[in-house]
Amino acid sequence: MADIALARAPETAREIRHARRLSVGAKCAMPVAVLLGIGFLAPMVAILAYSFATPRSFDVFRSFTLENFAGLFDPANTVWLSFAWSVGFALFTVAILAVVAYPIAYGLNAVFGRWAGLISVLFVFPLFVSENVRLYGWVLFFIKNGVLDGTLRWLGFSGGPEVLYTPGVTLFGMAYTYLPFMLFPMTLGLALVPRDLVDAARDLGAGRLLIWREIELPLAMPGILIGMLLTFVLAVGATAEAKILGGQSIIVISHDIEIAFTYSQNWPLGSALAVVVSVFIAALTLVALSKLDLDRMLGRR
Amino acid sequence: MFQTIPADAPPAHAATALPILQLVGVRKMFGGFAAVEGIDLDVREGEFLTIVGPSGSGKTTLLRMLAGMDQPSEGNITLRGELINDMPPNRRPTCLVFQSLALFPHKSVGENIAFALKVKGVDAATRKKRALELMRVVRLPDNYHDKNVMKCSGGERQRVALARAFAYDPDVLFFDEPLSALDYKLKKALEKELKDLHRETGKTFIYITHSLEEAMVMSDRIGVMRAGKLVQVGTPEEIYGAPVDRFVSEFVGEVNTLKMTRAGAEWHGVDVPGTFTLAPPKDGAALDEAFVVIRPEYMRFLAPGDRADNRLSGAVYNEYSLGSRIQYQVRVGEKVMLVELSRAHALAPGASREVTIGWDAADAFTLGS
Repeated sequence: MADIALARAPETAREIRHARRLSVGAKCAMPVAVLLGIGFLAPMVAILAYSFATPRSFDVFRSFTLENFAGLFDPANTVWLSFAWSVGFALFTVAILAVVAYPIAYGLNAVFGRWAGLISVLFVFPLFVSENVRLYGWVLFFIKNGVLDGTLRWLGFSGGPEVLYTPGVTLFGMAYTYLPFMLFPMTLGLALVPRDLVDAARDLGAGRLLIWREIELPLAMPGILIGMLLTFVLAVGATAEAKILGGQSIIVISHDIEIAFTYSQNWPLGSALAVVVSVFIAALTLVALSKLDLDRMLGRR
Repeated sequence: MFQTIPADAPPAHAATALPILQLVGVRKMFGGFAAVEGIDLDVREGEFLTIVGPSGSGKTTLLRMLAGMDQPSEGNITLRGELINDMPPNRRPTCLVFQSLALFPHKSVGENIAFALKVKGVDAATRKKRALELMRVVRLPDNYHDKNVMKCSGGERQRVALARAFAYDPDVLFFDEPLSALDYKLKKALEKELKDLHRETGKTFIYITHSLEEAMVMSDRIGVMRAGKLVQVGTPEEIYGAPVDRFVSEFVGEVNTLKMTRAGAEWHGVDVPGTFTLAPPKDGAALDEAFVVIRPEYMRFLAPGDRADNRLSGAVYNEYSLGSRIQYQVRVGEKVMLVELSRAHALAPGASREVTIGWDAADAFTLGS
């Protein structure tokens, strides 16, 4: 109400200027700016501030120390191992998904025809169910006397393999969870390869493999890279797979961060860890994005 | 590979007139619909043949079958006597210049041109040498070799596409309306260049377009397609001077068509009143009903005392300037007749709009359909 009154009868010259300066674009951006400010920027600032606070305290904004970071880079600290597990598993996940998703993406574009829509929906469908619920579903599948084990026994085999609570099944869980995030950017990337160019290359004598290497892959690369980046960023921060499927046979970095914030009540240490991981991922993302021609990908050449 | 023939050499097709491509009863069905229906055609070695027809006439489908991207449902396509119906495009000694040009956007001008050589496993140094040679043939400057192909203008891209096709050294080159997206002036210039390149390289060119004007400028022979059938194949002079039916005559340009019926030895107009003198039809058929096709440029205004085989009275109700020529629309009863005159013979500004127009029987076509 006060705002409306102000707009009708601005009282001071400064307010008039202010009202004029705010363009339509700025006004439209207002809601999202507020949301981002509160929901995104504020926690980031808080985390950043906490990472410089006295360890094991809540003296945020009142103390400044580099002790938290010094602790992380102390050779005696084993946090680097969690970090290595996270990055390593994320890289593995990306590699597995690139190989698994490419044929599906190709099929969605060129083979499945009128079934493509339905198949896409089937790949999206699991996203409607909470990740944890789906992972517990896999636990029931792999667990001793579970779906796999029980079925094999019933069929007269000696029982299923004991894969649950191993690093291998953690990787499986990650590949399973992040498949759609690789598949859809990749499908989009492949869809942007004009049919004409493939025909032209073939007409100029090129065989399947050469067309794939010279035309399809380079032209689909923006989509593939976006898919890889997305899955990598998500997989580095993954924690549920290692916890639920992997049974903490490996500790990932986000688990360490969680522990610092909960059991050990050491918010400054957790914040410092979070900052290091964020900076690492942000740097990687920026490098990858700088190599991407988004304009071309969106057909705005 | 390919050598440049001096510009003063006679066209290659004049020396060797063997069919290089032969189509016998070629049909293409899509479901129950025949996109191409029973085409018989001999393409001579070294000729510039243009297939022209309105959109949906099946000309692109025909071209895709010739290039190997579609297979005929029936009939045979032979190249130098070898049946090539099912031969994939990468094994055919033919190359298509696409309507979209289909240049590889992530490759430079040189890489685009040398693509066929890379496929053949030619080394990088030879590829570059050859690309530069071809760039000279299509009049592209040498420093374009490393330029991104997407940064080239429309006309330059056209030349890149052409050079890329030449690099494959095909026996037959196909063109799918590659000039349709260009502005008029550039299009005219490239039509002439394409004609020059055809003569210089001595290759067989098969060109598809919906524009008969384009076909007239470039072709040795023109095939007119309608609803999946080749209606007429002939030199530009034959197509222009002796169209087989109204469709071809109307496709060539704006014409006046009058329906006539015969009563004994006299022809009576159906759309316009009067009796008319008709030239006998070219095929000598005895007709009771005929269409007379008169090109606007063969119509003239008659002053009292002027003689003409046929005459009509009407009123000028519109005139358009066509640059050096003027087109008049003359209403004769319900029918609108077109009269096209050079500016020198234009109606005087103050002259009466009530006019008599006329033409001679020998200047018009008498067609049965």
